Amino acid sequence: MTKPDVVVTGMGATTPLGGDVASTWDAMLAGRSGVSKLTQGWAEQLPVRIAAQLAVEPSEKLDRIRLRRLDRTEAMALIAAAEAWADAGLAGTGLGPERLGVVVGSGIGGAITMLDQDDILERYGPRKVSPHTVPMLMPNGPAAFVGLEYGARAGVHAPTSACATGNEAIAWGLDMIRAGRADVVIAGGVEAVVHPLPIAGFASMRAMSTRNDDPEKASRPWDKGRDGFVMGEGSGILILERADHAAARGARVYARLAGAGMTSDGFDIVQPHPEAEGGGRAMLAALRDGDIAGADIMHVNCHATSTPVGDMAEVAGIKRIIGDHPVLTATKSMTGHLLGAAGAVESIATILAIRESVIPPTINLDDPDDALNLDVAANKARQLDISAALNNSFGFGGHNVVLLFTKT
Amino acid sequence: MTREEVIAGLAEILEEVAGVDPADVSEEKSFTEELDVDSLSMVEVVVAAEEKFGVKIPDDEVQNLKTVGDAADFVLKHL
Repeated sequence: MTKPDVVVTGMGATTPLGGDVASTWDAMLAGRSGVSKLTQGWAEQLPVRIAAQLAVEPSEKLDRIRLRRLDRTEAMALIAAAEAWADAGLAGTGLGPERLGVVVGSGIGGAITMLDQDDILERYGPRKVSPHTVPMLMPNGPAAFVGLEYGARAGVHAPTSACATGNEAIAWGLDMIRAGRADVVIAGGVEAVVHPLPIAGFASMRAMSTRNDDPEKASRPWDKGRDGFVMGEGSGILILERADHAAARGARVYARLAGAGMTSDGFDIVQPHPEAEGGGRAMLAALRDGDIAGADIMHVNCHATSTPVGDMAEVAGIKRIIGDHPVLTATKSMTGHLLGAAGAVESIATILAIRESVIPPTINLDDPDDALNLDVAANKARQLDISAALNNSFGFGGHNVVLLFTKT
Repeated sequence: MTREEVIAGLAEILEEVAGVDPADVSEEKSFTEELDVDSLSMVEVVVAAEEKFGVKIPDDEVQNLKTVGDAADFVLKHL
């Protein structure tokens, strides 16, 4: 059975760099950092006092009553989905609800709601706990609210694979269309855990940068001075569509989602495999799925989170599977690590790199690691005509998801 | 507390919890059908009303409070 082609016809985002795709992309090309000091009182006691917080608060896009009933993840997913839906021009095209699916995941779920409502429970007792608590904190909440908003009836799914979640959601969306379950899938990721407990937890693992006095320089993938990731919050959403469905309605097509590779490490709960064994197999699986050779991959948007071990393991995997030729970038140097949203926002960066023939920079790469003997779009954007590119995401738990995008 | 004050208090709660325009709130209006208060938000209204008026509204009583007037009756009787 031949696999139907799947294309991207809409994109939406809300990130630390901008409240939509255009402003996020402009900031990336300009090499701006979205990281800043946490000025909230609760941050004072923490070893990590920096994060990449949303550039545009959800309250600027959704009304007060709506926000009362939504976790921050759900609000962000709805905002990004609204932009993507409008961008795809699907309203009024006669798309049947039974042919519309949703796959939107988050790494951690509605943690802010859980923690805030626990404060209320401790302070005022159970009767004051909001009746909206469960639909706000459930990890499938963002997917379910997006599904409700657009009346999706083909199925609503919410993968969770930590920092690979955004990519995994897009891979599931691809599978859904290929399996014939939907013609259009709203797919992506979201995360919102800029809150003392999750930050304290990651900080206790010694996974985060403590460059508190110089926030814009803190996320520095592949640089010798890197000391951990910087937490970010945001959402990215793609509209995936069967290519012949998009063609029949004359839709604008950004890129083709030509393949996906999903593997697991079976190695350690949090440590990346030092040679990216599973990550490499995911890259290979994506190439095979898209029937393309490693030699044809011209660009990789790397997972590269700015941690000492993970960054170089990924490079080893790229060299082994793809070769020495692709131009790499790590947009987390600007966005911070958006955890469950990372793969989705980085997919948007990968797609726009292909479409506009320009790779966004890896900022703060002042003193590259000695083992990084590959070409990186360091510190400024790089013009390049790209026919095929990979977007890598790896998550705690040993999840590896690689997406292959090609020019149409 | 007068009946008018109770209805004005309910209107304040409805605006805060469910975004209902206070001008739409009157005796005969039904919470779910006319004021569009869903079941979860109705729980919020009840808890806020208990606090505001200092009454206890048992869960099995809530289903009988169909309209703003029903709620005002209950509050005035149990003040």
